[in-house]
Amino acid sequence: MKVLIVEDDSDAAAYLARGLTEAGHASDSAGDGALGLEMALDNDYDVLIVDRMLPELDGLSMIESLRKKDRQVPILVLSALSQVDDRVKGLRAGGDDYLTKPYAFTELLARVEALARRKQTAEFEAVYRVGDLELDRLSHTVNRAGKPVVLQPREFRLLEYLMRHAGQVVTRTMLLENVWDYHFDPQTNVIDVHISRLRGKIDKAFERPLLHTVRGAGYVIRADAE
Amino acid sequence: MAETVADAPPEGERRAEGRTPTERGEADRHRGIARRLRLVRTTAFKLTLVYLTVFVVLSLGLIAYISSTTADLIDRQLEASIDGESAELISEFQSRNLFRLMATIERRAMRPDASVYLITDFSGNPIVGNVGELIYDPAEAVAGEIFPVRYTRLSRAAEADEPAHRALAKLSVLGGGYRLLVGRDVEDRIEFSAIIRRSIRGAIVVVVALALVSWIFLSRSVLRKVDAIAASSRRIVAGDLARRLPTDHSGDEFDRLAQSVNAMLDEIERLHAGLQEVSQNIAHDLKTPLTRLRNRLDEILRTRPSPEESEAVLARALEECDQLIRTFEALLTIARVESHSAGVTLERTDLSALVGDMAEFYEPAAEDVGMRLETRIDPDIAIAGEPTLLRNMIANLLDNALKYGLSESGQVDLHLVREGSEAVISVRDYGEGVGEGDRARLTDRFVRMDAARSKPGAGLGLSLVKAIVGHHGGTLELKDAEPGFAARITLPVLA
Repeated sequence: MKVLIVEDDSDAAAYLARGLTEAGHASDSAGDGALGLEMALDNDYDVLIVDRMLPELDGLSMIESLRKKDRQVPILVLSALSQVDDRVKGLRAGGDDYLTKPYAFTELLARVEALARRKQTAEFEAVYRVGDLELDRLSHTVNRAGKPVVLQPREFRLLEYLMRHAGQVVTRTMLLENVWDYHFDPQTNVIDVHISRLRGKIDKAFERPLLHTVRGAGYVIRADAE
Repeated sequence: MAETVADAPPEGERRAEGRTPTERGEADRHRGIARRLRLVRTTAFKLTLVYLTVFVVLSLGLIAYISSTTADLIDRQLEASIDGESAELISEFQSRNLFRLMATIERRAMRPDASVYLITDFSGNPIVGNVGELIYDPAEAVAGEIFPVRYTRLSRAAEADEPAHRALAKLSVLGGGYRLLVGRDVEDRIEFSAIIRRSIRGAIVVVVALALVSWIFLSRSVLRKVDAIAASSRRIVAGDLARRLPTDHSGDEFDRLAQSVNAMLDEIERLHAGLQEVSQNIAHDLKTPLTRLRNRLDEILRTRPSPEESEAVLARALEECDQLIRTFEALLTIARVESHSAGVTLERTDLSALVGDMAEFYEPAAEDVGMRLETRIDPDIAIAGEPTLLRNMIANLLDNALKYGLSESGQVDLHLVREGSEAVISVRDYGEGVGEGDRARLTDRFVRMDAARSKPGAGLGLSLVKAIVGHHGGTLELKDAEPGFAARITLPVLA
């Protein structure tokens, strides 16, 4: 996967580049918005990471120009502004996801990988499959090894999101934002409890678990035990 | 409150001190001019000018109308009496003869306030009457019509150079070439109009003079008040936040303005004091975790522990950082909400659905710690709100209940009911509750009842709840539910 980092803080850009290299991804860096726009137009990146506050051309204007030229590359917007309306502005300008500084690198990596995956796989598949677990998005039914699993509507959406990103780490914040559309930070481990309930329904009666906890990062659903 | 600023000389005077006499004289002169200019610039002057203009124009219009209608009326009466007398005289001529008519006219012309009479023969020579010289426009002199003439009285023409009088007259043809002229003197009427015009001019002069005098007095008293307010304002701007504008309790516009400004200053002073306290708290409460963080990192540098050990220390350091970030985030949210700014717009929000979703979201977490959410939610309650803030508010209350509200039954109530025009959200646990003394401090920043600080949290939750409730125009009440702690929030319902 090839990532373009558009960030004027060279320390932060280097930190991102190192992390991405460790995770096995290639990356380029641009120090201002104008250069970033040029590089994004000339090359074919899988994901763009764009800081909101940039010299020359600010992040949101850069994204708008890119979208006007019909470039559909997924974009993660980074910002020190955390309020809901800032987030909405970022997404309206054409960003696909919004992450507030300071962030944990695992959070950023999970989101970048999710964005890249979104580009590769069609979001429009009717049935998601992970091992012997099957989720039918049209009939809203879930089967494991041919046996039906009964889920609450919210549990269904939680599983749907996890399975759409099968094989990728999904953080608690990503679940909170995408499954519940909540943008606050609960003090209690609410998400963990929801996951453990879901786990009880899809994994408990089976020998091989599919839903795994990734320490310090989040959760992943995958068929092969690692 | 009724402080005056008499002890504070105006800025200009203070500046004038410490100069040479000539400089001061010059300065005084300039100030005199400036003061006069200032009078002209006042609102009182502009208002006086406007009212004066309107008054003068209206009076002129009214008087012009009255005098013209009065003149018309008098003219019509004159004309009627000329017509009447002409007809009478003509009928006398017709029923009797010329000589009787001449005798009648002779008699009438002799009276002291006689009208104008003249009979001429076929060649135009006067036969009888009291008219000496008669001047008129032949074009207007049509028999049977009334027209203006100028004349002199026969009796007095010889005595003095009396100017010709103005009159209205009617010419009638009698027959046999004789013609009769009957007229009425209009000098009195003209004189009457002139008197009216003169008195109007006099009245207007008096009115303008009075307006100018009242303007000067008004402007000066207004300027005095404005100067006092301006002087106080300058001192407040210079940092004397305890100072207030002078009020005289007269209830006039300036008094009310000063009282509003003073109320505003009270609020600003309160906020300012709060801000100072908060900055001190923040500095103190952030310094502690930062010091811990620094010490952990310092420890690794100094002792070079084994990779496993340093990993554990680093993980704890990271945890400290995350906690600090969360604290900042909460502080920023409180600041944003309390300042009512940042483009936060309240939108119509289905509170029933929002609270229901939050209950569903928290239910598994409650069960996980052996507690049970009892919900009672009235349907279809809508308020003007920001959903993310409202969720944050409820999440904080539920987080607290799950953290501190442990009890035998494990029950936590989450209720949303409608009471008249208010939506009431209450969250109640059946745990130990909070004593009365501590309760008052709960919404202060960084206050934690858990003295050992064994549970995570920055002590900002209820401060945030309070700020969010305030932002939505609601009230927050914290009380001892005996047993347990209860938070009761009221928010205005949208129709």
